[in-house]
Formats: sequence, structure tokens, C-alpha cells
Amino acid sequence: MLSLSKLTALGALAIASVTLAGCEFGPKETQQTGYRGTGIVQITDPQNVVSPGQVPPPPYELPAPSGPKAGEVYQNVKVLANVSQEEFDYTMAAITQWIVPADAPAEEAGCNYCHNAENLADDSKYTKVVARRMIQMTQNINQNYSDHVKQTGVTCYTCHRGAAVPKYVWTDPKPSDGRLMGNKRGQNTPDQSVGYASLPVGTYAKYMRGNSGPARVISKTIHPTTANRQSVKDAEGNYAIMMHLSQSLGVNCTYCHNSRSFARWEQSSPQRALAWYGLQMVKNTNEEYIHPLASVFPAKRLGPQGDPYKTNCATCHQMQRKPLGGAQMAKDYPALRTVSAAAPAVPGAASATGAAAAAAAPAAAAAAGN
Amino acid sequence: MALLSFERKYRVRGGTLVGGDLFDFWVGPFYVGFFGITTLFFASLGTALIFYGASQGGTWNPWLISIAPPDLKYGLGLAPMKEGGLWQIITVCAIGAFVSWALREVEICRKLGMGYHVPFAFAVAIFAYVTLVVFRPMLLGAWGHGFPYGIFSHLDWVSNVGYQYLHFHYNPAHMLAVSFFFTTTLALSMHGALVLSATNPAKGEDVKSPEYEDTFFRDLIGYSVGTLGIHRVGLLLALNAGFWSAVCIIISGPFWTRGWPEWWSWWLNLPIWM
Repeated sequence: MLSLSKLTALGALAIASVTLAGCEFGPKETQQTGYRGTGIVQITDPQNVVSPGQVPPPPYELPAPSGPKAGEVYQNVKVLANVSQEEFDYTMAAITQWIVPADAPAEEAGCNYCHNAENLADDSKYTKVVARRMIQMTQNINQNYSDHVKQTGVTCYTCHRGAAVPKYVWTDPKPSDGRLMGNKRGQNTPDQSVGYASLPVGTYAKYMRGNSGPARVISKTIHPTTANRQSVKDAEGNYAIMMHLSQSLGVNCTYCHNSRSFARWEQSSPQRALAWYGLQMVKNTNEEYIHPLASVFPAKRLGPQGDPYKTNCATCHQMQRKPLGGAQMAKDYPALRTVSAAAPAVPGAASATGAAAAAAAPAAAAAAGN
Repeated sequence: MALLSFERKYRVRGGTLVGGDLFDFWVGPFYVGFFGITTLFFASLGTALIFYGASQGGTWNPWLISIAPPDLKYGLGLAPMKEGGLWQIITVCAIGAFVSWALREVEICRKLGMGYHVPFAFAVAIFAYVTLVVFRPMLLGAWGHGFPYGIFSHLDWVSNVGYQYLHFHYNPAHMLAVSFFFTTTLALSMHGALVLSATNPAKGEDVKSPEYEDTFFRDLIGYSVGTLGIHRVGLLLALNAGFWSAVCIIISGPFWTRGWPEWWSWWLNLPIWM
């Protein structure tokens, strides 16, 4: 029989070991990003840092932009027609390396992943139709969202990382089946995307579709009015999406905000404006480029609600403040950097709303009372 | 200053920790002692330096005056006076004044032949302060992790440091500290209400004895801790509130860098339901 004091000691030991097991020991790295004494600091554990990932080298040296154009040499080239044939081949070789899984079966390996081997101009494989649209999407991001991607830009690899489907994507969650028992009403499910808090999960559609409003909940009036219906639930959704931003970049709230007033732009760091442009970019990308492909993708590439896998902050960032550690990758692929002239809309109607949205600054949003 | 009738009885010699008889005297009703002198020195110097810092800070608005700690780049070294050096000296003065006051309380306890409950309780508050401005900054490698000395600015610091961990309410020690703070106020309010009720009877009735007080709580919750016991409970609750506050901030950064909700994944990963 254990005596009471021995039991107490064992219990204390068990609690202490569980508590200490949750600790991160060793020195920490700190970075001050605000005025001294404001607590605007990033603290990280060097043993817990996510690797930015390796950038694959170009397939071979970038050919000169001279010689016959791809549109003159090849059939059915709708986006990269004005790129030289040699640069076109170079870009295709790079895309193959970035997207096609290394372990793909022979009939889907290399070029065959998107192309019909009998006739490379044929559009019969859905992957080719999607890839064409994704090239336009990449060009749109690089040209119209330089407020977010700067001159670093993006390539297919920024998201794909050698996989046909990027690792971090979202679709609309399955709606509740209406039961009472075990119904968590979209929250209380510890998930990486909300930092393992009890906040609502899968709320991307509310903030990352074309018609999504701004992620703001601060009331302008004391009482609810017909114009002011912000609720606690709205605040939780807002907190959840901010957790996603934080988790995606591996930073804490003070990277963008001075928490004494989350809303005030003049008290926030410049990174918050960068993030605002990023959110506009994600909305435009999902709405104009990805969602219209729902009818092109096979069922296995769609979520439970029949919508395609869409982007959020983690799709590119993958726990880095700058995707791939800020590596200058896009400079080696000039064909992806500007929107091709006379790019036809495939399959949905592309529009210039991206450029329009990018032109509106967060300051304008602030001036509008948001 | 007038002397209370019973006060002379407590003016006994001896019990000093240092200085022997040298400072063992009273000024008016105030015991001096060696630590009274050091308290006066540190408190005056620190306050004067705060006023000097305020004069250099661009505002005399008492809400906005702030003496900020150094930039993190100075690490655990000395910073230039107007870039946090002032904060460092004021911190030394504050600790000197607080510790002196606690030791003066010890001397008074020794004179009165009573326990050290009061200095011990104050020491827990000092411990929480020293944790914030000395222990945690030392563990993180820079004095700049201390909090600024200003009414609004220290609140902004608390808010931002909380959001360094995404959701501070998931910090287990913060949970304990908050629970102890609330329980302290609940216990004090119930105790105060009970005493006021017992000592303010209806017109024509006698003041109620502790028997009545005990009976009230035995009726209400089945137990009464008693007239002495409630003060022990109060001390336990209050000291735990301060102690777990110190724990909740010392583990934030030095021993955990991610969001506090994520810390609880050890619970989700327990083998019994993994």
C-alpha cells in the first residue's frame, strides 16, 4: 500500500513531468519589430524553425528571347504564343519539374501529365486546361499584385513544390447534418489553421472569395443597428482567419498589429498593408482563376461541396514570412512575369478586376470607415 | 503628530537586521531603521529619475508619460541614458526600494514578536515584479523584454506580449492566476459582507457574534472556515494569484514561443485517445 504522502509525491511528479514535457528549453531568438518597450517582438525557438525549402535550379540556362515565337511553331498556344520557342520549351521543362510528381505512372510521367503524347496541342487532358489557366494566374499575380509579391514574384513552384496539388489548400467544408449530438457547429476542433484554439475552422470562404468583405469587426456605434450587426461570432471568425495568417507565416499578432488598437492603420506595422494586398490577391485568385475551373476538374480534385482546392496564405507562404525564404526564383522565368497580350479567357471569363482591386490601397479602405 | 494611546507599547528597541541601535528610532509615528533610510534613498532617486525622464519625453500628461526599456540590441548590457539607460537605473531603484521596504517590515515584525506574514506577502509581489523586469529579460537575453514604466504604455506592453502567444487565455499558469485573482475578490467580498452584516444589526438587535457568522455559511454552503481561517484562505488565494502571474509570464518566451492554444496539443496527443 502506498502511503498518502507517497501518492501525493507521485502525483506531483506526474504533473511536473507532463508540464515540463510541454516546454521548449534552450536559448530563443528574438527580433524587435516595434518601438522599444511596446512588446512588439517576435520570439522563436531555433529548434522549432520550419525550413524554407530548396529552390530547384532552372532546367538549363535561360535561352535568348530571339528566334521564332512559340505561337508560330506550335499549334493551339493560347497564352505563351509571343514567347520565343526556346524560352517556351525551357518554361515547359521547368513546369514539368515543379508540378509532375516524381513517382507518376509512365502514362502520366513528364510531359504526359498534361499533354496527349500523340498530339501535344490537344486539349483533351484536364490538366492542360488547368495548367494554362494557372499560367495566366501566375502572370496576373506577378504583374498586378506587385504590392504583395514585390519584385520577388511567384512561380508555379511557390505553391506546388513538386506536387500536382499544393499541400496547403482549402475547400468549403461539409455543412452540418443538423444533428444535435456531437455537432460542434464548425468550432471547438483543434486545428493548425486556427492555432489549435476553439475558434471556428473552415471559415476561409467568408474571407477569401471574391465577394468576401474585409476581416473587420470593430463597431463604430455603441448599440447594434441595422448597419452594424457585428456579433461575437463575427469576432471569433475574424480571430480565426487572423490565426490562419499568423500560422501561415510563422509570426505572432504583433508582426502586423499593435494590439492596443488592431484596427488603426497608422499604429500598425507596414507588414499589415502587405498582408492586406495579399488578401485582395487571394480573393482575386480564388474567384477569377480557380473557382471557375470547378467544371474542368474531375471529382477527385474537388472538395465535398464540389468546389476546387483554393488558395489561402499558407498555399504560398508555408510557414515562412516570405515564401521559400524570399528566394528570387521568378526572375529566371520571364514568361511567367507579365500578363500575355491577348490572352483568351479559358474556360471562364477572365476580367481585369484583379488590377482594379490591386489599385485600391488599404488607406482607401480606412478612409471608407472600415 | 499625535500618538495613539496604545502606540507607545509597540515602540520597543531591538530586532534590527543591520545597523544595531544606529537607526533604531522613530520620526513622528514612523519607524526609521536602516532600511527606512535605504527605502527613502532609492524611492527618492527613482522618482526623481522618472520626473527627469518625463521632462525628456515630450509630454507631461500623466497617462502618457513612459520610461521605456532599451532596444533589444543592447542585450544584457548598459544602454545610453536616453535610450533605456534611465529605465535600467529606475529598475535598480525600484527593486532597492521594494526590498528595503520588505526588510523594514521584517524589522517591525521582529520588534512586535509576530510572524513574517506581511513581509512574506509583500515579497511575493516583489517576486512577480522582479520576474517581469529581471528574470524573464535575463532568460531571453535582453533588458528590452522588461515592461515600460507608464500608465498606458505598460498596459500596451501587456496586451502585445499576450498577443505574442496568439491567445494568452490558453496559458495554463495564466488560467490559474486569473482564477486565484477572481477567487480572492470573491472571498474578500463575501467576508466583508458577512462582517458588515454581523456588525450592523437591525434596530434594537445586538451585534451578532462569530457563532452567527459561522452559522450563516454553514447554512449557505455547509461549511464555515471561521473568523481566523478566512484570513488564512485570503492570504493563500492572494499569494497564489501573484505567484502564478509570475509563472505565466516567465514561461511565455523563455519556455514556450508558439501560440498558447498549441501548447495543449500534449493533451490531444495523450496515448489513451491518440
